[in-house]
Formats: sequence, C-alpha cells, structure tokens
Amino acid sequence: MGVPAISLSEARYWPLRYHLENGSRVPRYARPKIKSRALMTTVAEVSIDRGADKRQRRWHILVFLAPAVLVYTAVMILPLIETLRLSLFNVKDGQSVFVGFGNFQVLFGDPRWAASFWNALRNNFVFFLIHMLVQNPIGVALAALLSVPKLRFGAFYRTAMFLPTLLSFVIVGFIWKLILSPIWGVSPYLMDLVGLKSMFSPWLGKPGTALIAVSLISVWQYVGIPMMLIYAAMLNIPDEVLEAAECDGVTGWSQFWKIKLPLILPSIGIISILTFVGNFNAFDLIYTVQGALAGPDGSTDILGTLLYRTFFGFQLQIGDKSMGATIATVMFLIILSGVCLYLFAIQRRMRRYQF
Amino acid sequence: MGSKTLKTLLMATSILATAGFAHAADTTLTIESWRTDDLAIWQEKLIPAFEAKNPGIKVKFSPTPPTEYDAALGARFDAGSAGDIITCRPFDKSLEQFKRGNLASLNDLSGMKNFSDVAKAAWTTDDGKDTFCVPMASVIHGFIYNKDAFDKLGIAIPTTEAEFFAALDKIKADGTYIPMAMGTKDLWEAATMGYQNIGPTYWKGEEGRAKLIKGESKLTDPEWVEPYKVLLKWKDYLGDGFEAQTYPDSQNLFTLGRAAIYPAGSWEIGLFNTQAQFKMGAFPPPVKNAGDACYISDHNDIGVGLNSKSGHPEEAKKFLDWVASPEFADIYANALPGFFSLNSTAVKMQDPLAQEFVSWREKCKPTIRSTYQILSRGTPNLENETWVESANVINGTDTPEAAAKKLQDGLDSWFKPAK
Repeated sequence: MGVPAISLSEARYWPLRYHLENGSRVPRYARPKIKSRALMTTVAEVSIDRGADKRQRRWHILVFLAPAVLVYTAVMILPLIETLRLSLFNVKDGQSVFVGFGNFQVLFGDPRWAASFWNALRNNFVFFLIHMLVQNPIGVALAALLSVPKLRFGAFYRTAMFLPTLLSFVIVGFIWKLILSPIWGVSPYLMDLVGLKSMFSPWLGKPGTALIAVSLISVWQYVGIPMMLIYAAMLNIPDEVLEAAECDGVTGWSQFWKIKLPLILPSIGIISILTFVGNFNAFDLIYTVQGALAGPDGSTDILGTLLYRTFFGFQLQIGDKSMGATIATVMFLIILSGVCLYLFAIQRRMRRYQF
Repeated sequence: MGSKTLKTLLMATSILATAGFAHAADTTLTIESWRTDDLAIWQEKLIPAFEAKNPGIKVKFSPTPPTEYDAALGARFDAGSAGDIITCRPFDKSLEQFKRGNLASLNDLSGMKNFSDVAKAAWTTDDGKDTFCVPMASVIHGFIYNKDAFDKLGIAIPTTEAEFFAALDKIKADGTYIPMAMGTKDLWEAATMGYQNIGPTYWKGEEGRAKLIKGESKLTDPEWVEPYKVLLKWKDYLGDGFEAQTYPDSQNLFTLGRAAIYPAGSWEIGLFNTQAQFKMGAFPPPVKNAGDACYISDHNDIGVGLNSKSGHPEEAKKFLDWVASPEFADIYANALPGFFSLNSTAVKMQDPLAQEFVSWREKCKPTIRSTYQILSRGTPNLENETWVESANVINGTDTPEAAAKKLQDGLDSWFKPAK
C-alpha cells in the first residue's frame, strides 16, 4: 500500500549516486546555488500576494521568446512537419493521395530504390568514418601542437589551418579538382618531381578511390573546426593541473594521454556528434566535385545527393516530391537516432571535471 | 532649388509617361526564354527584322537564366503572368505544359508545313495528333578534327569504322597528339558525345528508335550493344587519366592543339572558332562498312510555342509564322553557328565548319537522341542511367553486355510499350 518507488536506504544514497554518475550535472561549486534558488523561491512565495506583478514578469518571457520561436517554427519546424507529412502522400492520377507507409515500402522493398538507398547509406558511413578516423585525430593533434607554449607563429598556423573552413565549398571543390586533374593538375607534376609519378592516378574518376578522395577533400576543408574546439578546450586546462602532473613526473606523451585527453574528451564527444550530423546532411561538396549523379558509377552517391536527384529531378528525370520527402524523412530519423544514441548512451556516462 | 529639381523631374516623367502611352497603342509580345546568351542576337537582328515587316507589333525578349527557367516559367503560368511566346524545352517538359493547357496547339499554323516530322517530334504528343511548338534549332553530333594534325600525319578523313581506328592508331603511334579528347568524369560526355554520337549508325537512326519505343527491340539487342563495344575500343586512344577528365578539360585539350580528334556537338563551333589557333574540319560518325547508309544525331533543342492564355493570340501567331519562315532560319542559324535551323528549306551557312555539319543532313538520315522521347519518363531514368553506363563501359567497370542489360532491366521495371 503506497510503497515508495525508492526504498529508504536507496533514497538516502540517491544524492550521492546522482552526483557520481553525472559528474558534471551537479558540480560541487553549484551546490550553494541550489540553496540560493531555494531562498529565491521563498522570496517568490512571499510576493505571491502581488500576483499581477508576477504575471507581468511571465509575459516578458513570452515576448522575448516569441521572435526566436516564431522564426524557428516558420523556417524549421513547419517545413519538417510538412516533409514528414509529404512522405505519407503520393500523387496518383494527378491527385495527392494518402498512402500511409507506401513510399517507405517502395524505398526499402523495390530492388532498385533499395539498391540506390543502401548504396548511398553505405557511402555515407564511409564518408563519416573517414572524417572520424582522419579529420578528428588530425584536429586533436593540431590543437595539441598549437597549445605547445613555445610554438612560434602559432597565430599564423591557426589562421592558415582554419582558412579552408571559411572558403565556399564551390571554391574548395574547384581548387581540388584542379589540383588532382591528371591534365593540368599540380599533384601529378609534384609527384613527378620526386619520382612518384607512377603512383598518381585519376583518383576522382575511379570508382574505387573517388569516395576516399572526396572525403579527404572534405577533411581538408573542415579540419579547422575540431582543431579550434579542441584548442579552446586545451586552453581551459589550468596550469596548476599540468604543473601538479609535472611534479608527479607525468610529462610529454603520457601527460597528453593521462591528463589532457581525459579533460578534452567532452569536446571530442561534441565534435563527433557535429561531424555525424554534418556528414549525414552533406551534399554540397560532392555535388560540386562529382556532379548530381555522384559518379563514377554512383560510387560517391550519399544520402544528400540521392535526395537532391529524387526531390528536384535531374536532366530528363522529373522531380518526385513524395519519394524525395521519404528519403528526407529517413535521413532525419537516422540523424535523430544517432544524436539520441549519443545524448542518452554516451554523454550521460561521460565524466566531466570542474576546477 | 530642391523644388526646381522636383519640377524638372515631374515634367520629365510626365513626358516619358505620355511617350509610353503613345507606344501602348502597339501590341507588345513578350518572349520567355532560357537563352540569356542570345539576348543581343534577338535585340539587334531578329526583333528589328520582324518589326520592320509587322508594324504595330512590338516584341520584347525577356530571358531567365537556364537553371531557373523551368521553375520560373511554371510559377508564371500558375500566376497567369507568363509571356505570350514561350521558348520550349524539347520533349516531356513542354509536353507537360501542353497537357496542363498552358501551351496552345499549333496544328493550324501555316508555317508548320516547313518542318519534317522528325523536327516536330520533340513537340508533338505521343499519338502524333497535336504539335505545340515551332521547332527552332537543333544540334548535330559528329567529330571535329585538327586539320593541321591530319595534314602533318597524312591522314585522310575517315569514313568507315576501320579507317577511323586506323587514323587513331596513326596519331597514337606518332605521339605528338592525344588521339581523342574525351573524358568520363562528367559522365554525360561519354553518353552524349560518345554513345548518342556514333549509336544511330548501328541502330539505324529513327527506325531503331521507333522499334525501341514500340517494344519491338531491346537495348540488349546487338544493334544497341555494338555502339558500346566500339566505345570500349576508344579507351586506348583517350588521354592519360581520362577517368578524371572533365568536359572543359576536353574542350581545352582540343583547342590548345594537344588532341587531334574531338567527339563533338555542333554547339561547340562558336567557342572553338574563337579559341583554336589551327584549322579545323569535321566529319560525321563513320559507317561500319563502306557504302552503308550514314546516320546523324540531329537533336531538337529549342522550339517556340504560344501561351494559351496570351492576350494577343493573332499577333503571336503572326510572329510564330515568321519564326517558321526561311528568313528567320537564315538570320538565326548564321548568328549562332552550331544551332541549326530545323526548317526544311536548307540554310546556307556562312561559317565553313557549321556548313560542314549541316551538309550532312543531305547525305545522312537524321535522328534524335534515343533516350529523350518517352523512354526517360520513369524511375530509373534511362537518360541518367545511360550517362552512368556509358562512362562505366569506357572505364572498364562494366562490359558492353552488362551495361546494356542494366539499362534494359531498368527500362523494363517501369516502361510498358504502347501496343
């Protein structure tokens, strides 16, 4: 009868466990804050008699939130709902008809649709993996090098390496197409100078190498973002901690692995999720470098290019809004589940440290 | 002082406005088009020529950039603000507008008799009953070659497939020139400049195309696979790294004199004339055996139609009749060498290269690109698949037979030939 959900002994330890599991959630220094909030509540309770005053304060919140909420709803939430709705409809005899999950059945059931979808999804995972394995470690390494105190021209390197991120993908795509061009390209010429001409091949034109080549171009463009975020995280590490480590004899590489890396892990987590969302929404660079058909032989086709071709059409192919919305919905669900996985399974377990 | 300026301005506007009213007595026809490049030709040559003959009708050419044209035109049709004269894309895009009632039928237009059925095919309903755009221009495929290179190596213009490959062998053995400038990176080069260029010779142009649409032949039949087998042989004559060679790369390789033969569309003529520093010639796709009938791809590209909701249908029809006349054909084709008039009256071209291209019409049978009419309506799209597979064949990703099978399987998945 009315057995409490938590036994008494558990309840006693609950604040402690919460603190252990969540590390950062209730940082030690925040505790006094909670107390002060309790204090404020008391003040609020006292002023309850002046109800009109309080209501006015609430209206303020609404007024200040309204512009952001309205704009966000108009340009993000409504189109999202409309896309989800559109994926449940299809055109039959010129009429838009509700087909339930019919479009999804076509996408996964029809051998051709399924083949191009799985091909795009596989390529997208390869694209993402290359970013995770190349872009983020290089970003961390560059940040580590930049935060070496004795480094000269640090600001120059930082700017130079961040610059590609600021360039338009059109420019990046065009530059790299020229660099890798077998006819006018700089790369075959340079490789010839050091006697490696035989190792050059038209990477962007071969089904086996095109996806890797495009992924690396994208890595080159965006490596500045993980570098900057990690660099900022590294600057946040207090000198006291590092000095203490040095006193204990933890220096050089072991200092990086044992002290710095654990401290920047949350930033790496954020970068991973940003990379995931960015890669599964990617489209622009592939479109600029390989065209809408994402050749050769569909080897660089990712979800973004598949969606573009399906929704807007290409050349003689007329756009199919329903199937396009279906692919967009699937993309949304993939990204949503990836982000949820990160938020609920990884971020909650991650230890954070406060100084 | 301020009020004086204002007064002058007001005076000026009122005078201008009156001038505007005086003109408004004339009928003004507006032309919708994606050919922004042609603005000067319309304003300086075509429109004055028409207005001189038709007092009381003013014509305004108002183009939209090509990538925005279809969407913008669709929106203007919906809003009822589209121009009187509509420039028509070939095949399904215009057919859709006709079916929606945005384009008027032009069956009773007297100028239509100046055009052959092949010329009208791009703007005629599937059952052949209604034609809704006046054919304006087509592009012809063939090969442009570097005359200096051919003279130096003592190569005669190849007319048969064997001679063609012998010429390529000779250029390759000499080593000065890349035998052929074509890449597979952009995919469409392989399909349009390759497959659709030489293909009609093997599938016998319109005859083969009609059989395909009727379902009497399949893309896996020998006459459709053979062009792929020939394309595969091209591989050895393309430049180093052709897999990553783009369309502009190919153009530059040829105009810089580094390649001897360029599989071309006639639209290149204008650009090549200004860029190439050597003499150029052209030859049609070589036939299989000496004495065989030759076929060329003479592909309809631009037409003009009448907005069914135009306020001035009579004047617009007068204009369309003029577009259908040999006079228009002459001015237009010579102003834009490489975009050939589809008029049955042969136009004398002043540009020698363009004249060479258009002269093939007299000895070869013209056809249009096989994938454009009806066959690219479904998913997977045959035209897009042809791009991918043509590049695959040359890259060695697929054999000719495998490529043909993929195309036919894709087509079978949605296309039901009309019986």
